[in-house]
Amino acid sequence: MKKLINDPQHVISEMLDGIVAGEPNVVRRVPDTTVIVRKNAPVENKVGLVSGGGSGHEPAHAGYVGEGMLDAAVSGEVFTSPSPDQVLEGIKAVDAGAGVLLIIKNYSGDVMNFEMAAELAEAEGIRVEQVVVKDDVAIDDPDSRRGVAGTVFVHKIAGALAESGAPLDEVKEAAERVIANVRTMGVALKPCIMPASGEPGFELADDEMEVGIGIHGEQGIETKKVASADEVAAELTERVLKDLNPDESDDIAVMVNGMGATPEMELHIVNRKIQEILGERVNVYRTYVGEYMTSLEMAGFSLTLLKVDKELKDLLDASAQAPAFKQ
Amino acid sequence: MKFEAQHAVQWIQKANDKIQEHKDELTELDRKIGDGDHGINMARGFQEAADEVSAGDLSGVPDVLKQTATTVMSKVGGASGPLYGTAFLKMSMAVKDEAVDYKQFVGMIEAALGGIKQRGKSEEGEKTMIDVWSPVYEAMKDADDFDAALIKDTASSSMEATKEMTATKGRASYLKERSKDHLDPGAVSSYYLFEALSETLKEEG
Repeated sequence: MKKLINDPQHVISEMLDGIVAGEPNVVRRVPDTTVIVRKNAPVENKVGLVSGGGSGHEPAHAGYVGEGMLDAAVSGEVFTSPSPDQVLEGIKAVDAGAGVLLIIKNYSGDVMNFEMAAELAEAEGIRVEQVVVKDDVAIDDPDSRRGVAGTVFVHKIAGALAESGAPLDEVKEAAERVIANVRTMGVALKPCIMPASGEPGFELADDEMEVGIGIHGEQGIETKKVASADEVAAELTERVLKDLNPDESDDIAVMVNGMGATPEMELHIVNRKIQEILGERVNVYRTYVGEYMTSLEMAGFSLTLLKVDKELKDLLDASAQAPAFKQ
Repeated sequence: MKFEAQHAVQWIQKANDKIQEHKDELTELDRKIGDGDHGINMARGFQEAADEVSAGDLSGVPDVLKQTATTVMSKVGGASGPLYGTAFLKMSMAVKDEAVDYKQFVGMIEAALGGIKQRGKSEEGEKTMIDVWSPVYEAMKDADDFDAALIKDTASSSMEATKEMTATKGRASYLKERSKDHLDPGAVSSYYLFEALSETLKEEG
């Protein structure tokens, strides 16, 4: 294993300090925790948005803390959900009395730890609501779907609404509308190497790809012979479209997300094909190409499609000033 | 016999020894059908728990188990942290006496099983740690006194039985049929907990 780390035990803490060192005017770390909050948290009269999960998905989630997006991100060990006490620290740090919304990716560890934190926070008199993102169409059962890159759209849209001063129930409702209209699917060409064990998350031969991967170094649903960029792009686009089932008149926001070790060149090559297919079927409203929700140095990409109405479009277009999301 | 605070401390210490010893094995099992960190997370959390219960002057079984619960919940992380944390918390809440008799102990295991099911929203047969906890509880319920061999043998055979199951909960469930032919890592770590319990009871004779 060749990695730019000092000690596997310290990767999370050292990364968090590095994030703060890079944007000291935007974010700060809550002392003795793995929580990154806005510099000025809690923001007066504003609903607090808290997300988080295992580390290894950078820039998710700490990179999305800032004006127009999250108020706090809670980091666990690599691919391991943070514990309830850490999430509780995040909730307490951003609660300004208007309540807190937890944005959770649908992995059993994340759901359990965030739920327990919500119970603890409520016991302390803080109003907490939760939404669970389930966008990965590789899983058939809609309730069992993993939360993957579509989560970034939830951060963006709920974040913009919360910034405008909307109350907790409205922010939650908008987040749920995004969740109902967002779909993702991913493919890996190379697995990622876990820093603590030095081992790859799964085995993949040189001529194979793993379709339907999650974002935690776990296997996908199918191992196949690797295909051309156009073929892979077409397969993912068709599968996501089939599940989203948009009308020709629907406006769609697109995210082509690199998994950590995919050259931007390749992301643009697959995006070319994705846009060609989408152009014949829907109205593409806005496209994001880049690294938004990674899996350490996994090679591959995911495609996310979000159906947007007038309100969601406005919120998507609103200003954001997070370290990893500025527009 | 009565199960006393010192037994609870020994249980956690032995459980930690076993988890440290089998850390790589647990991680390797998880790599096959999960995300490859179970051994690492359990080793981190149980080392802390063992250190805490060994250092403290905890006066009763509920105190030892509550301390274990708090440490495991905050140090293990992932799905195992809340599940094992809940199990120990429910055990600590099931009894008030400093030392517990067999019947009370069975009640503790029942409470732990209920807690794991509720927290994980899961039942028997989904290829999880429940598939070890549930048979162990059933076997203990039908016995009249602490039986070290019964606990170990039941935990061992039920852990082995997870190999043939198809996962419908947790990360292994994403693999569907491909999760077959592998032991469930949570069932294996649960086996080590019960093996540690069995050895604690055996030493007491």
